[in-house]
Amino acid sequence: MRITCPHCGPRDLIEFTVLGEARTRPAVAVEDLDSPAAVDAFAAYVYDRANPAGIHREHWFHGFGCQTWLVVTRDTLNHAVLAVADVREERP
Amino acid sequence: MTFSAFALLKNAISGQTGWRPHWRKAEPKPHYDVIVIGGGGHGLATAYYLAKHYGVSNVAVLEKGWIGSGNAGRNTTIIRSNYLLSGNIPFYELSMKLWEGLEQDFNFNAMVSQRGVLNLYHSDAQRDAYVRRGNAMRLHGVDAELLSRDEVRRMAPYLDFDNARFPIQGGLLQRRGGTARHDAVVWGYARGADARGVDIIENCEVLGLRIEGGQVAGVETTRGVIGAKKVGMAVAGNASRVAAMAGLTLPIESYVLQAFVTEGIKPLVDGVITFGAGHFYISQSDKGGLVFGGDLDPFPSYAQRGSLATFTDVAECGMAMMPMLGRLKILRSWGGIMDMSMDGSPIIDRTPVDGLFLNAGWCYGGFKATPASGLTFAHLLATGDLHPAAMAYRLDRFASGTVIDEKGVGATPNLH
Ligand SMILES: Cc1cc2nc3c(=O)[nH]c(=O)nc-3n(C[C@H](O)[C@H](O)[C@H](O)COP(=O)(O)OP(=O)(O)OC[C@H]3O[C@@H](n4cnc5c(N)ncnc54)[C@H](O)[C@@H]3O)c2cc1C
Ligand SMILES: [Zn+2]
Repeated sequence: MRITCPHCGPRDLIEFTVLGEARTRPAVAVEDLDSPAAVDAFAAYVYDRANPAGIHREHWFHGFGCQTWLVVTRDTLNHAVLAVADVREERP
Repeated sequence: MTFSAFALLKNAISGQTGWRPHWRKAEPKPHYDVIVIGGGGHGLATAYYLAKHYGVSNVAVLEKGWIGSGNAGRNTTIIRSNYLLSGNIPFYELSMKLWEGLEQDFNFNAMVSQRGVLNLYHSDAQRDAYVRRGNAMRLHGVDAELLSRDEVRRMAPYLDFDNARFPIQGGLLQRRGGTARHDAVVWGYARGADARGVDIIENCEVLGLRIEGGQVAGVETTRGVIGAKKVGMAVAGNASRVAAMAGLTLPIESYVLQAFVTEGIKPLVDGVITFGAGHFYISQSDKGGLVFGGDLDPFPSYAQRGSLATFTDVAECGMAMMPMLGRLKILRSWGGIMDMSMDGSPIIDRTPVDGLFLNAGWCYGGFKATPASGLTFAHLLATGDLHPAAMAYRLDRFASGTVIDEKGVGATPNLH
């Protein structure tokens, strides 16, 4: 399987580490961190996954390359890689 | 129809013409007391124990393909109860005890073969960890033996004891572990459930869940709507997809696990042997093929086929442990979709929807769990209460922080 890293070009799967679903940390103000809503939001953020059969956005790390965190968009039904971007471009 | 020496003899002299199908091709009825979604080992065992132990036989098992077409028919058939944590040991030991009586219980030859599971260790630290695990097992009444290097050498002289990077120092052995024939487990439970009135409905995919006022009312399938006030989900790698039909998001990600089998050779590997310096396990089937596997493919998948990179890694681990493997040809490889939970342990619990129950998160260890999973899930479906041996497998353990993380790697499902 080849992943086209935006910095390094097409590279082999074994150069990467996959973290799983690309999630965004709940935006909670420091003073609200202990509120029941924040506790629920963080539990869901850490543990719950959409786990779709189809298009999925994932965090991948190019450890044996440019050492950049990437957002890889893939189809979990056929392993097609649809897009690869640097996380910094996705979340400026 | 039951199996006995007499039945075998009678069929031997009558040209094997006396055998009949072991379960009916049932048509869906409009309503059941309990619907179990998923005709894998767990769904069928659940139906069997519901009918046999709890007297609930107005049950349907709905399977989208044919029974055993999922992980139940794809696994490497290892059974063991060599766990460390107290949430897990009683459950897996219950399962081991059920395996020990299973063939008599359902009158079917599941080829349960307790020829031992040996985990190799390669360093002092790993030996200490295995001593701890073995002690935890023994404290729970499970058999465990620590073997020296020489004792391991007597059992398996062909291993690479003097490997430069991963010399073998010894092993932790569970003699009661071993293998069972996966297909026969499916068929035995199906036959036993069917004989007690359970409808096994194949080619029946659940497409939606009917929920009325927070209570489950039935399922929508490719073969019409079927009503039931109790629905149990036992769909392994597809748990998230079916739970999503009720608006639930699970602490699960699905990954593909591959398995490989070589050409048949004479008896060589007696029990199951696992490598301690990487992920690799091997056993020999009765046909003579060496059956082995290792790590998951690293990315979420529903494709039931794996990548070459993972196979390369598995093969490298195999060569490091048992160099003679390189002389064999691999005949087949395949993959199955694993419901990897966030702590590597399963979930057998109620859900926020009344009457909807969840059995999932089996990761790659669910085959050995089949009997206990069926029994404890049947208990939950019949009584509404958690079974004492499965108390720890709650869905809310993640939010409450009472996770059961054998490997200690946290919420990274592809590492469990
Ligand atoms: C390669 C491999 C090796 C493994 N090795 C081992 C091992 O050595 N030891 C061990 O203990 N475990 C092992 N496992 C894990 C074990 O096989 C699984 O954890 C276990 O089989 C899961 O339970 P099950 O049998 O009920 O699953 P399955 O057989 O997958 O049953 C689930 C069923 O649900 C059906 N289904 C899904 N969606 C729907 C729907 N919408 N409607 C109707 N039906 C649906 C599927 O078709 C499937 O038949 C291995 C798995 C794999 C893939
Ligand atoms: Zn790169």
